[in-house]
Amino acid sequence: MDKSFLNLLFQIPDTVDKPKKNRPSPEITPEIVKEHGLTVEEFRRILDLIGRTPNLTELGIFSVMWSEHCSYKSSRPYLKKLPVEGPRVLQGPGENAGVIDIGDGQAVVFKIESHNHPSFIEPRQGAATGVGGIMRDVFTMGARPIALMNSLRFGELEEPRTRFLLHGVVDGISSYGNCTGVPTVGGEIYFDACYNGNILVNAFCLGLVKTDRIFLAGAGGVGNQILYVGSKTGRDGIHGASLLASSEFDETTEDKRPTVQVGDPFTEKLLIEACLELFECDWVVGVQDMGAAGLTSSSFEMAHRAETGVFMDLSKVPLREEGMIPYEILLSESQERMLFVVKPGHEKEALAILDKWGLDAAIIGEVIEESCVRIQFDGQEVVNLPIFPVVDGALDLKRPTKRPEYLDEVVHISLTEFPDFTRGDRALKKLLACPNIASKEWVYEQYDHMVRLNTLVLPGSDAAVLRIKDTNKAIAISVDCNSRYCYLDPYEGAAIAVAEACRNVVCSGAEPIGLTNCLNFGNPEKPEIMWQFQQAVEGMGDACRFFDIPVVSGNVSLYNETKGDAIYPTPTVAVVGLIENQEQVMTQGFKKSGDQIALIGFTMEELGGTEYLKVMFDRSEGKPPVLDRKHEKQVQDFCRELIKKGLISSAHDCSEGGLAVAVAESCFSPGCQTLGATLTLESTLRNDTLLFGETQSRIVVSFPEECINEIKDLAMAFPVDFSLIGKVGGSHFTVTVNGKEVVKQDIEVLKEIWKTSLGNYAGQTT
Amino acid sequence: MKCGIVVFPGSNCDHDCYHILKHILNQETHWLWHKEEANLESFDLVVLPGGFSYGDYLRPGAIARFSPIMNSIVRFAKGGGKVLGICNGFQILLESDLLPGTLIQNQSRKFICKNVSVRIENPDTPFTRQCGEKRVLEIPIAHHQGSYYIDPFSLNQLEENEQILFRYCDTEGNVSAESNPNGSVGSVAGVTNEQKNVMGLMPHPERCADPALAGMDGQIIFKSLISNS
Repeated sequence: MDKSFLNLLFQIPDTVDKPKKNRPSPEITPEIVKEHGLTVEEFRRILDLIGRTPNLTELGIFSVMWSEHCSYKSSRPYLKKLPVEGPRVLQGPGENAGVIDIGDGQAVVFKIESHNHPSFIEPRQGAATGVGGIMRDVFTMGARPIALMNSLRFGELEEPRTRFLLHGVVDGISSYGNCTGVPTVGGEIYFDACYNGNILVNAFCLGLVKTDRIFLAGAGGVGNQILYVGSKTGRDGIHGASLLASSEFDETTEDKRPTVQVGDPFTEKLLIEACLELFECDWVVGVQDMGAAGLTSSSFEMAHRAETGVFMDLSKVPLREEGMIPYEILLSESQERMLFVVKPGHEKEALAILDKWGLDAAIIGEVIEESCVRIQFDGQEVVNLPIFPVVDGALDLKRPTKRPEYLDEVVHISLTEFPDFTRGDRALKKLLACPNIASKEWVYEQYDHMVRLNTLVLPGSDAAVLRIKDTNKAIAISVDCNSRYCYLDPYEGAAIAVAEACRNVVCSGAEPIGLTNCLNFGNPEKPEIMWQFQQAVEGMGDACRFFDIPVVSGNVSLYNETKGDAIYPTPTVAVVGLIENQEQVMTQGFKKSGDQIALIGFTMEELGGTEYLKVMFDRSEGKPPVLDRKHEKQVQDFCRELIKKGLISSAHDCSEGGLAVAVAESCFSPGCQTLGATLTLESTLRNDTLLFGETQSRIVVSFPEECINEIKDLAMAFPVDFSLIGKVGGSHFTVTVNGKEVVKQDIEVLKEIWKTSLGNYAGQTT
Repeated sequence: MKCGIVVFPGSNCDHDCYHILKHILNQETHWLWHKEEANLESFDLVVLPGGFSYGDYLRPGAIARFSPIMNSIVRFAKGGGKVLGICNGFQILLESDLLPGTLIQNQSRKFICKNVSVRIENPDTPFTRQCGEKRVLEIPIAHHQGSYYIDPFSLNQLEENEQILFRYCDTEGNVSAESNPNGSVGSVAGVTNEQKNVMGLMPHPERCADPALAGMDGQIIFKSLISNS
């Protein structure tokens, strides 16, 4: 939408010019259609489907509902290929969030969602409302949110805006999550130049629900009442979904700031408590959060799911400001609002509960039989649209795909270009200091990660672990994606994201049971971007099928580019795992001096796409590590077996920075005392690949000496590659390869570098 | 011990306090809703839990102090009833003038959630009596406005009256600028009133009182109160 139309919208005087009953609807010109982000073909299709010209309000509805953000028109054909079923799945994609059975009448509800564009324009509110939105998706299902996580991507440190965005986003997540009393228990943060002009903020929430109290978002039962709950509707966020989220950034981006919503976590907290109280009542029929496209999408989608219709009177909607017109009321993305459907005769009980929590609420309409949404304002009908064309009428686009040419330039590297080292001290220090590997303590200390007393494993380990109160169970969660791998090979990169998230969850003692994804890509109108998308979804689907993990929810974020520069493909996944016995929760830190250190899996001569190449040679090139899925599965199963049998004291996944970084991290993990380690390696590999290569399917474990034989026998029987590589203890981190010392550093020195690097960067003033 | 836990709109450690008192320490525990005055005569302890009452709007605790339940709590406290304010509860007690001083933004201007060490300054109060020989407790903090401030004269008075119950310290019990996480004057982490029946502290003892989680030092405070009743 260009500036003139936005100005027109936002310049409507608040109080002087009260809404006129007969305000004429402006003529729908090709310019107005274009400003609404609709193509000529799409507008023709609208005319065909409804048999007349829509008025401006109706055009606005089509604009948001047919936007990429709401309709998934570019991505839907591919998403159908993801595996969504499994014995534990109670609800797959299509509802507000996915639901997985964890036994004993309980289930976990979870989803991850992007809030990328708003966070780049206004980092604090963008990130905060991202957290608020994902939480509402979870508690609309009837679940109490018990954990938040996030996956954040920022530009390179040298980019002047990065520090501002980092502070703003972390502050937004912190202020919103902390206030609602839902702990933010972990996540991941990466920095890369590809995000300079388009950061990523993906927020994850998990809730707990009784399996017989799961609520769905349907407006069933003709005559049932439509109940509006939560904040008053204001003029914020209008066209957030259609114009902000569904186009790339350019010079006019700043003008879109009014499309960013403003969050109020206090209202969200009240909303959580009030909704959970309402869910106890058997006269609540359905509920939906007013997220993207606000009242419009919630009413149309609820009617669509229940195959009914909805009548609403907008004059009854609680408004924040005077003079709002139907167009604005329907498209507002004001936060902290929900739409309930309740059985008639219970309105007073519902309003009493909401009044107790001090929330605005009003009956604004009812469920009707006819499959349409009819909307009235000041006694006049302003919208009368059939459900199907609005919700399902957008044509799936078969966008062309083409393998990008850059791949030919970047995937072929020769190791001879990169001289191997005889001492690895400098590289190790540089890697520990680089922000993708360094401790994220500066960030997670700003998040309340303990409230509700369920956090068994604090942030900083492979996975976050939360107990399920009144049971012996626990839930492990890991968010993961290495987008450099995805840039170099989207298929393998996405498969690795699944494998690594599962591995992280396994290292904490859990069995992976479900996955949610957030697919962040560039402009889908470019064939090269669509090719990346197609490859990544296929890689993710194949890996999920192989590891038998259902995808139960997700979100697609396209148009992540600025002035033609797309981000690396970033198909982020969050894997949820179940631990049946809290005694079997495992952490990554070494526990005792004298313990043996071993590696499950084997190392190959690979350096492509590594953090080592990036940090030491500033190259994001080569083929990403090879993922042998069968081998990966064996490694994970073996690790879980060791944990179940109580044979090991620590388990840590080898990922960015390779073996040396993994062992160093185990030496100074949060919550464990700092211990040194000595690695004694025999190898024919180059030193750099041995220490810092990122071969997949490797886990570093430690255990008491007396367990050696039993573990070795188990490894033989499995069979899985297993080698003793060193011992815990001493005040240094020492590595010898084939008898020659390659690294020797005081462990406290390394710890200090790793622990303070990100905080030092964030604390600098420029 | 009969305990009451106040629920303000925006309280979010209420369930945690309830869990510890009721399920871990097996005490009779009741909810107290902020909108109503309550007869607290039969109660041994009232807890004002942490959180963001009224969204911390205006100032943390500034609106909550006008909730009807606060009239009952002020009467209860003046009558010698034991009141424990944790984090936001501490902020409300200060706003209600049941405790001296004020809490301002952390020196870092950031929210801080982490384990810290606190030194027990006065082991002879209903809140600290069970500490035995133990003088340094490991308790998590989680706040944005937890930097305690009071003028030097009043601080001196607090010291003379032994009203300072906890100071931030290192693991050995040494109090220094490095071990002060939020810039509190005198490293004060918790104070009591002159009568020693009302206490407020920024650290969260309920977060380290369940055997399933790391750390149990918070139990000392609750057990001191139980042994007293």
